[in-house]
Amino acid sequence: MSTAWETVIGLEIHTQLATTSKIFSGSPTAYGAEPNTQANLVDLGYPGVLPVLNAEVVRMACKFGLAVNARIAPRSVFARKNYFYPDLPKGYQISQYELPIVFDGELQIETAAGDEKRIGITRAHLEEDAGKSVHEGFSQATGIDLNRAGTPLLEIVSEPDLRSASEAIAYMRKIHTIVRYLGISDGNMQEGSFRCDANVSVRPRGQAELGTRTELKNLNSFRFVEKAINYEIERQIDVLEDGGEVVQETRLYDSDKDETRPMRSKEEANDYRYFPDPDLLPVEISEDYIAAVRESLPELPDAKRKRFVDDYGLRPDDAGILILSLPLADFFEATAAATAAAPQVAANWVIGELSAALNRDGVAIADSRIAAGALARLLDRIEDNTISGKIAKEVFEAMWDGEGSADDIIESRGLRQITDSSAIDSVVDAVIAANPGQAAEYRAGKEKLLGFFVGQVMKETQGKANPAQVNEALKRRLKAE
Amino acid sequence: MSLTKEQVQHIAILARLKLADEQFDDVVAKLSTIVEFVDQLQSAPTDDVVPMAHPLDQAQRLRDDTVTASNERDRLQQNAPAVEAGYYLVPRVIE
Amino acid sequence: MTVGASDQSLHQMTLAELGDGLRAGDFSALELTTALLDRIAAHGEALNAFITVTADEAMRAAEAADAARSNGNAGPLNGLPVVHKDLFCTAGVKTSCGSRMLDNFVSPYDATVVAKLRQAGAVSLGKTNMDEFAMGSSNETSYYGPVKNPWDHEYSPGGSSGGSAAAVAARLVPGATGTDTGGSIRQPASLTGTVGLKPTYGRVSRYGMVAFASSLDQAGVITRSAADAALLLGVMAGFDERDSTSVDHPVPDYVVGLDQPLEGLRVGIVRQHFDEGLEEQCGARVREALALLEEQGASLVEVDLPNLDLSVPTYYVVAPAECSSNLSRFDGVRFGHRASDPDDLLDLYCRSRGEGFGDEVQRRVMTGTYVLSAGYYDAYYLKAQKVRQLISQDFKNAFASVDVIAGPTAPTPAFRLGEKTDDPITMYLNDIYTIGANLAGLPGISVPCGFSADLPVGLQLVGPHFAEQTILRCAHQYQTLTDWHCRCPEAYQ
Repeated sequence: MSTAWETVIGLEIHTQLATTSKIFSGSPTAYGAEPNTQANLVDLGYPGVLPVLNAEVVRMACKFGLAVNARIAPRSVFARKNYFYPDLPKGYQISQYELPIVFDGELQIETAAGDEKRIGITRAHLEEDAGKSVHEGFSQATGIDLNRAGTPLLEIVSEPDLRSASEAIAYMRKIHTIVRYLGISDGNMQEGSFRCDANVSVRPRGQAELGTRTELKNLNSFRFVEKAINYEIERQIDVLEDGGEVVQETRLYDSDKDETRPMRSKEEANDYRYFPDPDLLPVEISEDYIAAVRESLPELPDAKRKRFVDDYGLRPDDAGILILSLPLADFFEATAAATAAAPQVAANWVIGELSAALNRDGVAIADSRIAAGALARLLDRIEDNTISGKIAKEVFEAMWDGEGSADDIIESRGLRQITDSSAIDSVVDAVIAANPGQAAEYRAGKEKLLGFFVGQVMKETQGKANPAQVNEALKRRLKAE
Repeated sequence: MSLTKEQVQHIAILARLKLADEQFDDVVAKLSTIVEFVDQLQSAPTDDVVPMAHPLDQAQRLRDDTVTASNERDRLQQNAPAVEAGYYLVPRVIE
Repeated sequence: MTVGASDQSLHQMTLAELGDGLRAGDFSALELTTALLDRIAAHGEALNAFITVTADEAMRAAEAADAARSNGNAGPLNGLPVVHKDLFCTAGVKTSCGSRMLDNFVSPYDATVVAKLRQAGAVSLGKTNMDEFAMGSSNETSYYGPVKNPWDHEYSPGGSSGGSAAAVAARLVPGATGTDTGGSIRQPASLTGTVGLKPTYGRVSRYGMVAFASSLDQAGVITRSAADAALLLGVMAGFDERDSTSVDHPVPDYVVGLDQPLEGLRVGIVRQHFDEGLEEQCGARVREALALLEEQGASLVEVDLPNLDLSVPTYYVVAPAECSSNLSRFDGVRFGHRASDPDDLLDLYCRSRGEGFGDEVQRRVMTGTYVLSAGYYDAYYLKAQKVRQLISQDFKNAFASVDVIAGPTAPTPAFRLGEKTDDPITMYLNDIYTIGANLAGLPGISVPCGFSADLPVGLQLVGPHFAEQTILRCAHQYQTLTDWHCRCPEAYQ
């Protein structure tokens, strides 16, 4: 049914900037404080107070703009967005309207089919966050906590270039990765540092004109973005196919019920009466300033991925996984640099065993129980044939459990690989002698039985025999008789 | 231009002002007078004129990203009409 | 002149004279403060000039000032009494803005202006009455009732800084702060026979000055002499890191150049200032004043401000627009009036604001909401911003050929209380000569220049940006030749 319809999605991503103090006041921005203990006169909108802009938010917005190949406005203006809500202390939000600080950007995403696709970024503007309403715990009342009021946000607005929920997710992940690479946001979605509104519409395939859109709010995880968009696409198509019309409105995603519904508080026609904030002057950004910010930019995800493929010879998919998280990419590089093993081996271990252990125990990479250098030593022991890859996994788990370094564990557990050829030869001889029937079959041409003999030898040596040597010795001895 | 009662009602809601019924007609009349008065502006030729938002042509100054405020909740909430457990209270808001 | 501590004429002395007396030890700050508090107690109520008198705090401050002087730590205003318009936040003291909305509001902090004056040693005696949130030209919009004009209690002292002007005119205090958004310092100064100085926009910090219209508001002073205005401005002026719109320009010594004669000063005269609308006697007094300036060597040059007529309508779009937004913070949640037993959130907002704000404030909030609303923004707000640019350009062009522009401050002398309250437009037109300086951000001063019947008339001098020294010098020179500013209402001798 949906092949007759085309989906059009634009995302507005609100990313909290990782500053120490608020955008217009000297209050701290730390998460999780007691209610209203981080809300000063300015944040509370006390009579007579005035906003003063935090230099760091300007620098962070510029960094983002340059990272997405956008233009930085030489002159941008703060405006007031006027509406009444208890979590908005001044009765207006200071935002940017006509002249945002960043505009005309773009980034490339990879579609489900594996193709590159350009997504336009209309603008990114600075604004202050609102406070928080707490509905539980008060009888007949709502409690207002204004700690978050005045926290700096960068709102990143995409062009309506996205055509599916999966494209929207790919775009959102890319932005998420970029802001963390730039160090301008912690991207913590649970704490609301990275959240998203989606404008969704559908139109008959081939129609140039856009359909009526709805705005989906409250999308605070990648999974919810995907589910909400997909729900909304189906809903709109159903409405249209039943001969109805989509109503332009704001809808709230309810993750418990997995549905979207109109937001009551937004029903009344909004008239935000934007106008330039007379308490703030135009923000002027010079070419020199932009050049200095450009100079400070770190390597960005796309460049890193290309380098991982070109310089380390990684498989593109593995490079793609590693670069999603800067600490993971850094861990890989530190490991690869410290080991004699091939970079791809290091990548396999970081993506495989290490990531699995981190996920299993809910540990952040920064707190990994195995440091990059320690992992590198383990890989060295595989590389120099001290242990096999299989034994290495056992050593890894022991390291993870805090039993010591790879070498300590190999020694204390006696896991050192048997590479002495006379020792291997004698085990091989014993195994052949104990299995005369199979030996005869092998010699008669049933070469598949080699695996059986390898297994027996490994069993006898508790897996410590060097597999390549065992193979060689078995072939030689079986042939010899 | 005169304002209609409906317009004034809409403006009052946007501005969150409850107008007493007995003053309503007077408000409509006075606001209409004011709007008619400022309508004089329409005659001014302003093509190519840059709108002026500030009296002085200056750029925004930036402050360092440092924390300068400390917790003053108890002092600042002395002016608050209704607080509980550190929260400001409003009538229950339903999303 | 030697004055003893017991001398009744302490209240007749200017700040400069009082400063000399304090330095000379003729009287103490405590004696001075006591004398003026007594005067305020005797006359304040009849004039209704004060919302709050901070007698205890004033006595303590005076004692501290005396101690500072004996320790050799006297600031430039040490022991000198001032009062603040109740729009300036004062820590621990009610700051009402003349509104029921803030009748219960005790500011937790000091405005920069208040802090600077205190640090300089000034002693604050209290907070003066004003039009509600500075919206008015007659002081009749105050929740606390109108202030009376000391020259005739039937008359308005002007507004919105009417309490400050009346207090200075009645010799209750030698100097007062005020704020001027469209003439709120200069017009009441004109109507009460005092000096009112509105500095260049950005010259004095707005931090802690409750905002009416942020791009127009400027703090200033009301005194009896230009020299006193210069003295106070020197302390109040300067960059404030908490006000992004304050200007980081060095603050000159405004007192030093006052004695420079007017020889060679080019004084611009605007023809439209003398068109119909200007009361005849006011016109005559202003012309006499101009003639006097010319006698002193100033040259009078006619200048044109072609868009002057549009300044009032421009103002009544820009100022309400900004005020509609600035006053949104008064919602009954964190401070200020809260309606009892609200049904729901909307009811809390609408009733708190409906009850807390008076009629004129509500009118302006609604006008501002309208001119910013969808469909009207371009026609009103944006249009007004463009006309504002034209008016500002007119002044720039005029200042290419003159150093100051001189003319009447207000079209009439003081009017009767109640006379204009039912006609907003007539009231608004009171500010026809003063609003231009706010739109363009220019400094302006009103100086007493005679009487129309028994009511004072003011001469306004407007200068280019940051030309406070020029207008102060011109005003001071005029005052050395005239004694209008020394005239005192009979009841307040």
